[in-house]
Amino acid sequence: MSEPNLTATAALIALGASEAPRSLPNLNRAPFEIRALKSGFLTALTWIAALLASVPLFSVIYRLAIEGGSRLDWEALTALPPSAFEQGGGFGNAIVGTLVMVGLATLMSVPIGIFAAIYLAILDPDSRLAHSVRFLSKALTGFPSILAGVFVYAVLVVTMKTYSALAGGVALAVLMLPTVVLAAEQAMMMVPKKMKDAAFGMGCTRAQVIWKVVLPTGAPGILTGVMLAIAGAAGNSAPLLFTALFSGYYLTSLTEPTASLAILIFNFSGMPYDNQIELAWAASLVLVMVVLVFNILARIIGRQKH
Amino acid sequence: MNATPEMTAAGAASASAPTGAIVMNCQIDRVFYGDFLAVRASTVPIEKNKITGFIGPSGCGKSTVLRSLNRMNDLIPIFRFEGKVTYHGQDIYDRKVDPVVVRRYIGMVFQQPNPFAMSIYDNVAFGLRLNGFKGNLDERVEKALKGAACWNEVKDKLKNSGLSLSGGQQQRLCIARAIATEPDVLLMDEPCSALDPIATRRVEELMLELKEKYTIALVTHNMQQATRVADTTAFFGVDISQGSRTGYLVEMGPTRQIFEDPQQKLTGEYVRGEFS
Repeated sequence: MSEPNLTATAALIALGASEAPRSLPNLNRAPFEIRALKSGFLTALTWIAALLASVPLFSVIYRLAIEGGSRLDWEALTALPPSAFEQGGGFGNAIVGTLVMVGLATLMSVPIGIFAAIYLAILDPDSRLAHSVRFLSKALTGFPSILAGVFVYAVLVVTMKTYSALAGGVALAVLMLPTVVLAAEQAMMMVPKKMKDAAFGMGCTRAQVIWKVVLPTGAPGILTGVMLAIAGAAGNSAPLLFTALFSGYYLTSLTEPTASLAILIFNFSGMPYDNQIELAWAASLVLVMVVLVFNILARIIGRQKH
Repeated sequence: MNATPEMTAAGAASASAPTGAIVMNCQIDRVFYGDFLAVRASTVPIEKNKITGFIGPSGCGKSTVLRSLNRMNDLIPIFRFEGKVTYHGQDIYDRKVDPVVVRRYIGMVFQQPNPFAMSIYDNVAFGLRLNGFKGNLDERVEKALKGAACWNEVKDKLKNSGLSLSGGQQQRLCIARAIATEPDVLLMDEPCSALDPIATRRVEELMLELKEKYTIALVTHNMQQATRVADTTAFFGVDISQGSRTGYLVEMGPTRQIFEDPQQKLTGEYVRGEFS
């Protein structure tokens, strides 16, 4: 017997079997069935968990907006920190200090990070050096930030015999580097091989393939990583404690102790004076906004896909 | 014309005597990937202003041979080429030759459309800028896009990303990018395999126009495509007698002859669809 006949016979048998009357299945919703109740309960549970997780976040932002917002004015943004019983004042020097040190850290970590990532992603991804750098970078993303401070204290502060913005910048750079390396490597690995082939096929040297195709194509991903690293560094206080210390004045050189928002918050929030505590709140609000801006930038840049 | 292939002891076939000027002559002794012998002795001349089609079953080395013609295979670390590829009399595998420069004269269009993640304009201008072109860039970009039959579709959106186009348009953009620098030879590695029939037809028509100015070598999996566009066809086979799969040129000649009066039994079996 040939195949089509077999199928036809099978269909006939199936038809015969289905001739027996069958009750129609009930398709209506049964909200109180155990199955439905379980599902509803679990859905509710995830809602509650999500709400609980956002409570600390929103309460922090709420308190910051209320407490910090009431004191946030031009004076707070530009004036120098007040001394013990003084009224008024602000944290202009701390804003400048944070921007300068984060800027220094970015200038140091981004070029090194991107060059390292080029090596990891393109030049020699399977070498022993690449494997160890990749592993160390991953390990360093969870590096306790205070250790970065202690390390730079030993290397720079002790040898230069002074706390400085430079040392603060280096400490932040140490923290930013692994994030930048890993994000840039990831972004470059995502550039499709066929695009690199196209570039080689056009007569590009390896350097031209990297500069003209891989880096521009991976740029959104690389910048996202950089922005996240900056946001992380801006909010970090521990590495600055041992490196930049603090200063009551605007910085005039990179080799003197330098104020930062994080350290100002740390100092002022512990003081028994209302004026200082209010300023700590206002500085916290500014810091959160700086971090938020970089986070939002990271998302906007990351979304710009072709 | 002497179309009888000369069989050597190694089983290599030579092509029938070409009629036109030879731009490239590919004389392969052996091609290896690591220890694996991928292609053995084969001689493939590429004639000027003709389309030379490479056909054959999977694994017969036709893509390997094509990619040897502009040293794209050099990007694969374990690739090793023994033999000679003369281009206007120079061996491109000579120690003194820079493969990067070779690729500027011998352009390539790939199986998958692969525009860069930049605007249509920048895609086409890429090679010109790379070569430090000083003339009128707009003019050359327009000329290349017209040459690739996609000017009318993209002229109003040159600033849009090349990746926003459809697959067929992307492939024609890639052809425009390849011809913008006016290369001598265009290597096309199954350029239509990722395209639908309508886009395929447009690219085939384009190839026929392009051969007026350029010399084309085309790898295709589609025998009908070879009959439609190729002037000369090279049929590659796979030799499994040594325990591994080694590609070699079985027969090469005018396309009509390969399909209607093949000189080798294997060629006849293949073009009649008896194996693939």
